[in-house]
Amino acid sequence: MDNSIDTIMVLLVLMNLMLLGLSSLGTCIRVVAAQGITLGILPLVIHGGIFDIRLTLFSAAIVGLKGIVFPLLLSWAMRDVNAQREVEPFIGYGKSVIAGPLALAVCMWLGSRLPLPLDIVSPMVMPVAFFTIMCGLFLIVSRKKALSQVLGYIVLENGIYTFGMVLAEKQPLLVELGILLDVFVAVFVMGIVIFHINREFDHIDTDRLSSLRS
Amino acid sequence: MNLISIANSVLAVLLAPLMFGIINRTKAVFAGRTGQPLLQAYYDISKLFQKGAVYSNTTTWVFRAGPIVGFAAVLAATVFVPFGGLPALFAFKGDFVVMVYFLGLARFMTVLSALDTGSSFEGMGASREVTFSALAEPSFLIGLAAIAKYTGHISLSPMLAGINAASWGHAAPALALIGLAFFVVLLAENCRIPVDDPNTHLELTMIHEVMVLDHSGPDLGFIIYSSTLKLWLLGSVLIGIIVPVHSGIFLLDTVSSLLGMLGLAVVIGIIESTMARLRLLHVPQLLLGATALSILALVLVLR
Repeated sequence: MDNSIDTIMVLLVLMNLMLLGLSSLGTCIRVVAAQGITLGILPLVIHGGIFDIRLTLFSAAIVGLKGIVFPLLLSWAMRDVNAQREVEPFIGYGKSVIAGPLALAVCMWLGSRLPLPLDIVSPMVMPVAFFTIMCGLFLIVSRKKALSQVLGYIVLENGIYTFGMVLAEKQPLLVELGILLDVFVAVFVMGIVIFHINREFDHIDTDRLSSLRS
Repeated sequence: MNLISIANSVLAVLLAPLMFGIINRTKAVFAGRTGQPLLQAYYDISKLFQKGAVYSNTTTWVFRAGPIVGFAAVLAATVFVPFGGLPALFAFKGDFVVMVYFLGLARFMTVLSALDTGSSFEGMGASREVTFSALAEPSFLIGLAAIAKYTGHISLSPMLAGINAASWGHAAPALALIGLAFFVVLLAENCRIPVDDPNTHLELTMIHEVMVLDHSGPDLGFIIYSSTLKLWLLGSVLIGIIVPVHSGIFLLDTVSSLLGMLGLAVVIGIIESTMARLRLLHVPQLLLGATALSILALVLVLR
């Protein structure tokens, strides 16, 4: 069981690295979808394959929302605004990919220093959750297209979700569902905002929005 | 020092050109052709050894020394790599660094002799080769460092002997990452397809082929031989990780390693038939990705 959780964690890290290194927005959306599905399976794996109707429904909701609904929304947004790939991010792809493992090392150190109130399932989970949050933040600050920033936001939320998943036993699933609803609304709103930015300015480069006066 | 281990080097010298044959046969099967004979690389090398060499007036002794020193360096590197049931001929602390830099010496001599011709075209190839190998080297060394940390040894033979089926049981993610990174390094260092196309002679896309354009006869034979040996060498390190059979029965270990090499050649052939060459600008990204995988494996092992 320990090994399967570790494998999921390594998959998450690899997907984060892919997000850091890929320029095609379509592929990034697919990677985020895969990450959502992986995270959906995580609660089932953590609770050791015991069939529990509430847990199964929760898992299905996560997979449905993060694996299917968000990516569909984002693909539509991508098609509408006609943005195929991220052009010239603030920090290049090569540097981002190398920054990834270094950030992971920092997160590992952080995870080992952090005293936890209760036992967690695997020592890997904490650092990976931190790392996912950091990757999300990194994507938000280093990319120019609004769409990539929305992806970064989802990745950030994935990190928080992983964090909560490990610390929480079954009780706060309700809280988790609440967060999920917030994120859903946020992604929905951001999709609309991106569409409007694009219709108004013919592009979704957020750094060019700083000089709105004209 | 284990004298019987000289068999590793003999095996490498005897079987390395066969890897090329298997790769080419796999590609031929995919394309629906009959393909070259499996032993074609041996025929090519023996044909080249019977020919005379042509030297340009602008070249110096560096050009003539390049292929021979390169071949000798790669051959010397084979004594540090264990294969199948046999440990390496020489094993001392830190020998994996020596192995890597023997390969580095071979590359350095190839680059020097390419520059010695004075052709700007070969200089371009040399520049590309050095750039890509500089990116591939950290990936390989960090991966080896991760294995050293995992097994607690810093010599190649005990390092590879320390990996067995049980370690795949509890450190599967780290070992898989290292295996993947080494595979990318193997493809890059041997100029196989996502990085370089060994068949092409199209000017702008070549990396390795362009550096050896001026070599002829026995020199070219040495170059081809050392490139097959290099494939064999990196392949046997990779196979030591992903086919870790250490039963103690010599025959079983060696046969499973040989089957692993056969499988590796087939996989390379399949990749060459199904993938296209990457654009030159994307190759560094691929190699940086491999480095990231190695660092990730090291972090996993260190925790």
